[in-house]
Amino acid sequence: MVAVVGSNELGRRLDAQWERPRGLVGWLATVDHKEIGIRYLVTAFSFLVIGGVEALIMRLQLARPNAALLDPAEYNQLFTMHGVTMIFLYALPILSGFSNYLWPLLLGTRDMAFPRLNAFSYWVFLLSGIFIYVGFVTGHGPDAGWFNYVPYTSRAYDPGPNIDIYALGMVFFGISTTVGAVNFIVSLFKTRAPGMSVNRVPIMVWGTLTASFGNLAAVPAVSLAFLMLWLDRQFGTHFFDVEQNGRPLLWQHLFWMFGHPWVYAIVLPAMGIVSDALPVFCRRPLVGYTAVALSTVATIVLGFGVWLHHMFATGIPPLGLSFFSAASMAIVIPSAVAVFAWIATIWTGRPVRATPFLYFAGFVFLFVVGGVSGFMTAAVPLDWQLTDTYFVVAHIHYVLLGINVFPVLGGIHFWFPKMTGRLMSERLGRWSFWITFTGFNVAFLPMHLTGLLGMPRRIYTYPAGVGWDGLNMLTSIGAFVVALGVLLVVVNVIRSLKSGAIAGPNPWDAPTLEWATSSPPPPYNFLVIPTVASRHPLWENRLDETGERSSTRVGPALDHGREILRTTPLDAEPDGSVHMPEDSLLPLVTALVMLAGFAALLAHHWWLALAAAIGTAICTLVWLTPARPATLGAP
Amino acid sequence: MPRPRLTAIAFVVAVAPVAGIATPLSYLRTYGPAADPITTLGWGLGLIASFVCAIVGVLLLAAIFRSRPEPLDAAGRPVLQRDAGGMQFVYVGVGLSAIVLFAATVWTLITLSAVAAVPNTVAAGIHVVGHQWWWEVRYEGTTRSPGFTTANEIHVPVGAPVRVEVTSPDVIHSFWVPQLGGKLDVVPGQRNVTWLEAAQAGVYQGRCAEYCGLQHAHMALTVVAVPAEQFEAWLAREAADADAQALGALPGAANFEARCAACHTVRGTTAHGIVGPDLTHVATRRTLAAGTLPNDRVNLVRWIAAPQDLKPGCRMPRLGLPADELDRVAAYVERLH
Amino acid sequence: MSAIPAEILAGAERKPHRTSGWWGMIATIATEAALFAYLLFSYGYIAAQAPPPWPPVGAPELKLALPNTLVLLASSVTVWWAERRLSRRGDLRGCRRGFLATLAFGAVFIAVQLLEWHKKSFTPASHVYGSLYFTITGFHMAHVVAGWVMLAAVAWWLASGRAGPARPVPVAVSAVYWHFVDAVWLAVFTTFYLLPRLG
Ligand code: HEA
Ligand code: HEA
Ligand code: HEC
Ligand code: CUA
Ligand SMILES: [Cu+2]
Repeated sequence: MVAVVGSNELGRRLDAQWERPRGLVGWLATVDHKEIGIRYLVTAFSFLVIGGVEALIMRLQLARPNAALLDPAEYNQLFTMHGVTMIFLYALPILSGFSNYLWPLLLGTRDMAFPRLNAFSYWVFLLSGIFIYVGFVTGHGPDAGWFNYVPYTSRAYDPGPNIDIYALGMVFFGISTTVGAVNFIVSLFKTRAPGMSVNRVPIMVWGTLTASFGNLAAVPAVSLAFLMLWLDRQFGTHFFDVEQNGRPLLWQHLFWMFGHPWVYAIVLPAMGIVSDALPVFCRRPLVGYTAVALSTVATIVLGFGVWLHHMFATGIPPLGLSFFSAASMAIVIPSAVAVFAWIATIWTGRPVRATPFLYFAGFVFLFVVGGVSGFMTAAVPLDWQLTDTYFVVAHIHYVLLGINVFPVLGGIHFWFPKMTGRLMSERLGRWSFWITFTGFNVAFLPMHLTGLLGMPRRIYTYPAGVGWDGLNMLTSIGAFVVALGVLLVVVNVIRSLKSGAIAGPNPWDAPTLEWATSSPPPPYNFLVIPTVASRHPLWENRLDETGERSSTRVGPALDHGREILRTTPLDAEPDGSVHMPEDSLLPLVTALVMLAGFAALLAHHWWLALAAAIGTAICTLVWLTPARPATLGAP
Repeated sequence: MPRPRLTAIAFVVAVAPVAGIATPLSYLRTYGPAADPITTLGWGLGLIASFVCAIVGVLLLAAIFRSRPEPLDAAGRPVLQRDAGGMQFVYVGVGLSAIVLFAATVWTLITLSAVAAVPNTVAAGIHVVGHQWWWEVRYEGTTRSPGFTTANEIHVPVGAPVRVEVTSPDVIHSFWVPQLGGKLDVVPGQRNVTWLEAAQAGVYQGRCAEYCGLQHAHMALTVVAVPAEQFEAWLAREAADADAQALGALPGAANFEARCAACHTVRGTTAHGIVGPDLTHVATRRTLAAGTLPNDRVNLVRWIAAPQDLKPGCRMPRLGLPADELDRVAAYVERLH
Repeated sequence: MSAIPAEILAGAERKPHRTSGWWGMIATIATEAALFAYLLFSYGYIAAQAPPPWPPVGAPELKLALPNTLVLLASSVTVWWAERRLSRRGDLRGCRRGFLATLAFGAVFIAVQLLEWHKKSFTPASHVYGSLYFTITGFHMAHVVAGWVMLAAVAWWLASGRAGPARPVPVAVSAVYWHFVDAVWLAVFTTFYLLPRLG
């Protein structure tokens, strides 16, 4: 029951229990959170590159006035696919990738609470992305912007399959997000290592947890909106139909009730990455752990009360606007807590200026630039000028690239050694940071001004002589520089995979549990379930913390088949051991059946859709049906 | 910090606003009471925002580069420190931010009340209808002039508020004349109301600001502010019908009737179409097709010949007129003063 | 902390409220509850702006709906009873009976609801009220069907020994879902059938 690290015997046994079968089937069937996490990362990063290439094509068109590289129909699909790809297929999934890979390692366990659901959420993400992209490459991509306002997207004005593909694709994608969120929440509450009470979990866990709660509450709004739109388009319902007392603004309410919490869901885990990794390079714990953790919670809670700031110009009475304006100002406070905590951490620490540190420090600055432009648009009357101009485009890129892409790039450099066992090249890393950072500011800082000079969003071309030409050229140049920087990261990753220096278990001398196991970790993560006595298990001795010590060397072995330890929700007291499911093709099969169902809906093959629904139900039953007790082995 | 970034920032901060302030759609400087309080607010919050960035930037650089004792551990890294304080950054930073935010909110609400309400007495009432992708403009009748319909160009008297009601029969647009006021969305099924007032005579540019489809990029409008007497004269001219007799005598009249009247109205003649803009006085307008082209003979011919080349997707089809007919129709349209 | 008592490690599946499955169901219910909140928000938003009278066809009759509501409530009682029989007394047979009763009530509810739909004078495409009525009750119906299938599966598991006194989690999890479906119906019923009678 209790084992001590160093027992080869135990390692071999666990290996046999946790390793996935070889070959293609094993690859498709695995439920190992680390493999799924890496798949999430690779897939989402590919979507970043695809969305980035779309942006580059747009920037070619917009570099000069009256350009004719793209016709309006092409441009509209491009900017829509760019937004959809980045927001849905890149920004959240990449963070799910980190969280998937890291959670069990950070929490000191061997897998997520629902490993098969985890695989399922990945496959659904991948297939829904493919679903939307098949539409795009066959010329039927969504073309009404990522927020897809009705009535432009009603059948009367956009009759092709474009919007149906988007609508069905989003409902499909929503399933992935939802089951992913359930999995994170349950994993957090049930699988932490003993002793890891909620006030000892890394901030990234707080970030993903609050984001998951946010998703559970927000995603239904958008799935519902898309479903209602699809019903309007296909079955003549009237939710958004003005002639029949439907309301176009209902769409906007539902979309932004989702959309605003979502933008925080796609940054809180990334801010968590910084809160955990930045202190490693400052050689001290994060300043204000409790304050930062609480600010994470406050952000998502307040985040549900500001959606109207995307609708300031829709003709809503000033009283309502005032309330949402004030709420949008208030939401700055929790961000301020985090920003000053990071600055204080650097100030009072002794920074080691390695590549990840550069990305994280750069992030702090970009976050503030992006945040303060949000602060300006939060002022209702000022937003009447700023909204739907490039000023807002500048805001969203500072926050999205600043708070998502920069921490992600930093996180890649930081955890690459853990994932692969090899270090990335520091020299290439520094180059990539400086090129990306420079290019980014060259591209998007002037964009604020483009907006102030009156350039509206979503126009495929613009006239000469209204002061926008030079600025747009600058932005386009900057965009290509960013792309070069990102390309360097890719090159660095590929090169380091083969020839990077061997990393060892803890190359950065970081304090959290993932660094306690080997790099890359074995399939079972930890030989024995660790026990945690502080926030910094691997730094305890040197921080001269008093009291109990964490232990990663002695603990329960749990080696009767795939087993993990279950603990209580708040204090993480041991509460039982749980058998984990074996690898299975069911997640993939279920996802494929669902894909067939959505494709059938798109093609109006109602019988096939019904068959797929029944198929999904059958898969679910097979999936959930417990074995008869006789075949269980030990009770 | 590398040079290119510094240069870019210097360029943007120093040169561009000065040049940009005078560009036609810039709202860095505005010209009327519906816009000016917003502009003041904008500069104010913009300065606060810039200060915040500057302070954080300086703090960050100082935090990174300030010198400090760096005892190294065996691996050559600075040794770990216990939690060495730092919370005062959070207290001071958040405290100051809260004060600034509170003040900004109050300022915002004051500005909102200054510009939100439409003044009680206005010099004119205009109903603007957003179409894919042009603006129908209906002047309400007054005791002095009957109501009438025109397109893409709004005239207002200098120094007097004008009430603007916006509606849409198709999709959402947004009515925006940056130098005279903020945006107001044009939502189907909804009557939204705003107002403008030009403190200075001049020609102001406007644009549709909500994505509305293929030609959202070419959905501009013009506001012409003129002294009150001139405005009254313009109203009278616009309200008048076209001179049907003189027009009827033109060689293009029959062609226009055959080809164009199904979609366009020329008041006084038998052309009563409502698909496209009212053309009764189109020759007096500054641009063609919602700001797509300057209004001159050459462009008019190009437009009638191939609207789909100039504004792909627009709702005026290529009519394929033979060259001589094209000339005659253009000559006819040119006479629509 | 090196030694975790063996009795803690064993028998993890006996206390449903502590298992991952239970927590997973609670999280699922939370997101479904949000879904119905958005549905009812949509109803309220459109109703508030529609020209009177609302509903355009008058308040729906209670003749079928009220008894049907009682049927659904009764099914919640039976599933509650079934769960208690199992957890308090280890009474497998009682539990199975409770499940069968619940399934029967559920089937009645579904049948009556179909009948009610059938008798409506309008369709989802008739007017926006029709769209809301059928979509929202349709969403609820989908949940009833899902819950019913889940209960049926658990009943099968109870019969085949896959669930029982030693493995009570499926019973608890499906029961809580069924209670949720019931609670949602009360919200839907109030919104569609009762509120229009108040004004
Ligand atoms: C990553 C996602 C992200 C984040 C974190 C934010 C953060 C914020 N956003 Fe942003 N926002 C978007 C993504 C995001 N936004 C997107 C995608 C859109 C456009 C959607 C579309 O139309 O396509 C949008 C649009 C948008 C609008 C609508 C604009 C319009 O269309 O007209 C508004 C209006 O209020 C707004 C406000 C804010 C505010 C107040 C914050 C705040 O949370 C920012 C808080 C942070 C700081 C302010 C910096 C740190 C604070 C300090 C250092 C303290 C000192 C500061 C002061 C005293 C000011 N955002
Ligand atoms: C995370 C989100 C995210 C990210 C990262 C980006 C990245 C970029 N975005 Fe995007 N953008 C959005 C989210 C994002 N955007 C959203 C939500 C909208 C609103 C959409 C809407 O209105 O509906 C938008 C809109 C938007 C517009 C406005 C369009 C319009 O309104 O008409 C523009 C215009 O310049 C733009 C540009 C760019 C550029 C130049 C980048 C650059 O940073 C991209 C840099 C390039 C790369 C990252 C690719 C790297 C390339 C390589 C590595 C090459 C390798 C090649 C091979 C291997 C073959 N974006
Ligand atoms: C099928 C409908 C249709 C027909 C036929 C048609 N037009 Fe148009 N026309 C339009 C529409 C719609 C617009 C607005 C286009 C836009 O700006 O997007 C327009 C715009 C114009 C304009 C610019 C008006 C302005 O205010 O800027 C002119 C001039 C014009 N048409 C002339 C003609 C002439 C001359 C003919 C016949 C030879 C003609 N049209 C036939 C629909 C039509
Ligand atoms: Cu009309 Cu954009
Ligand atoms: Cu927002």
